[in-house]
Amino acid sequence: MFGYSMADIGNILVMQGFSGLSLFSVLLLMALGLAIIFGQMGVINMAHGEFMTIGAYTTVFLSKLAVKYDIVNYYFVFAIVAAFIIAFAIGYLVEFVLIRHLYKRPLDTLLATWGLSLVMQQIFRSTFGAKEVSAELPQWLLGAFQPTPDIEIPINGVFVMGLAAVVTFGVFLFMFRSRWGLNVRATVQNRVMAGAVGINTKKVDRVTFALGCGIAGVAGAAFTTIASTGPTTGSLYIVDSFMVVVFGGAASLMGTIASAFGIAQAQSILQFFMTSSMGKVSTLLVIVIILMMKPEGLFAAKVRK
Amino acid sequence: MNTFTNKLLGGKQGAIGLAVLAAIILVVLPLGLDPFRIGMVGKYLTYAFVAVSLVMLWGYGGILSLGQGIFFGLGGYCMAMFLKLEASDPISTKIQTTPGIPDFMDWNQITALPMMWQPFHSFTLTLLAVVLVPTLFAYIIGFAMFKRRVGGVYFAIITQAIALILSILIVGQQGYTGGVNGITDLRTLLGWDIRTDHAKYILYYINAFLLIAVILVSRYILSSKFGMLLLAMRDKEERVRFSGYDVSNFKIFIFCFAALISALGGAMFTLQVGFMSPSFIGIVPSIEMVIFAAVGGRMSLIGAVYGALLVNYGKSVFSETYPELWLYLMGGLFIAVVMFFPNGLAGIYTDLMKKFQSRKAKPLPAKVEVEAVAVVVEKTESEPIITSEPAGAKA
Repeated sequence: MFGYSMADIGNILVMQGFSGLSLFSVLLLMALGLAIIFGQMGVINMAHGEFMTIGAYTTVFLSKLAVKYDIVNYYFVFAIVAAFIIAFAIGYLVEFVLIRHLYKRPLDTLLATWGLSLVMQQIFRSTFGAKEVSAELPQWLLGAFQPTPDIEIPINGVFVMGLAAVVTFGVFLFMFRSRWGLNVRATVQNRVMAGAVGINTKKVDRVTFALGCGIAGVAGAAFTTIASTGPTTGSLYIVDSFMVVVFGGAASLMGTIASAFGIAQAQSILQFFMTSSMGKVSTLLVIVIILMMKPEGLFAAKVRK
Repeated sequence: MNTFTNKLLGGKQGAIGLAVLAAIILVVLPLGLDPFRIGMVGKYLTYAFVAVSLVMLWGYGGILSLGQGIFFGLGGYCMAMFLKLEASDPISTKIQTTPGIPDFMDWNQITALPMMWQPFHSFTLTLLAVVLVPTLFAYIIGFAMFKRRVGGVYFAIITQAIALILSILIVGQQGYTGGVNGITDLRTLLGWDIRTDHAKYILYYINAFLLIAVILVSRYILSSKFGMLLLAMRDKEERVRFSGYDVSNFKIFIFCFAALISALGGAMFTLQVGFMSPSFIGIVPSIEMVIFAAVGGRMSLIGAVYGALLVNYGKSVFSETYPELWLYLMGGLFIAVVMFFPNGLAGIYTDLMKKFQSRKAKPLPAKVEVEAVAVVVEKTESEPIITSEPAGAKA
């Protein structure tokens, strides 16, 4: 098949599958935040990619500091926390200034947040320069792990996967096992009633939005371990992440995971056999066609409308 | 006025607006501008087609398409393919390994003209393609989506994905499409040199008349029963559906119509600017096109034209002199229009007119208000007259 032996195909599948898993992890982290914001609140946050970039720049900045004080081996954990906190804070602010006025007009949130993303991109460019920068990685994140002579698995990819798993579990706990999550879900299902039973729905909205942004920040921190960061990094992932959320079914955590996995694997395996652009085109095309047949996404919550 | 012309012109108010617009784009601009600048304004006016299509689709239909660039591009590419074939006759391409095919195909080791390009030898077929290809494409997308009741946010995201797919596809298939550079170096239309100053003026006039015709047709559609249904559908879709109308068919129609108008703009763009490239198809240009309509006023066909002129003029000026400032401005424009002026310039104008008229009814006419209106009118209408000359705008 395609001039490869069976063993080659096996190795290719393992390695492309693994690079697909790294892509899956970043997409999942991006999409989790989006799924919370879009699925729970119906707001389309086109600036989500820029929140990811905020996380990435935070990490890069902290890594510079870490190099200066020679603590490169430890800083990364703090960087993740800092990325979350900063993106969370900015998200909180953005909700307060912009988003809360537009809840009744989802299509307008799309335009306003697109404008926001343009402004943020330009701020990044003016502050950090147009060139791509990368973070100084701690020693324990470098190198690769070689189970057989033909297969190489980079450790940073494993780390990103681990992080994605932890964050996903955290989101699950937050949404389905905490008081806050209960309030969020109640607000989504029936805003008026939730307000009537004493839930501060405005506060719930604000925290939900900020949380989505914070998770995007974590995605950015994870992103620095596998690629370098530039002002437009976030916009490269935004369409993919939206496709993940819509394809999986907006309000479903399982759907988001499954569709991130499917899209990432399809892209990374197809890219090996075709050109990189054709791999992406065919993946997106298949998703669009499936979405035309199943507009609610794969794992749509079964509700009567 | 009989009903037909009344519908066409949109009543007295509409007729005045249209007359002012016609006077500006047909008389004031051509008299006041040199050929280079007329080329620029002509380019902006081709975007106005897209802005008008978005007023129909988004303002009245409530369907936000983030993929109008697709149709603009398809129309433009159809025209560009014809012009490119005309420009690559065997004599002028005789240094190539295979003379008679477009130069980028030669560079990409394609030795025969692909099937897809064959129909574009004929001008009639090309004109048909400019109209039919985007409309058919819109029909397929519209049919698949609206019949399944995909709407609102989901529709916007899917059209965005389609725009992304198409632009990646065009960039990737370099041998067939000219890749990221697009189809360039277009010279003649049926033997007529489109690069001369004389041709620029003629094409500009064709473009302007076509735009006015498009606005008239759009007005007619909006003032017909269909227009009423369109508005009703936007506001209470379920109720229209339960009244026995097939909502999806209306949506498909308006989507196809919008695609057709955008494609006309694209074809005129190619003719006036002399090239077509994927940079007009992707996500970013498609969203920028929405801002043209939003700035002009999403409910105003005439406003959309001013919106397209103003935003593009601003872009030309600022991206030359202060490139950083432009992104801030563009971003700010998106936010401000959505938050403070949902009806754009046209909305501001109507509000001021209302205020002015209610003042006029009172015994003491307020002079300040009159001036304010005059300033706004001047702002919206005289700004496109270019005062500084952006160097890179030739592209």
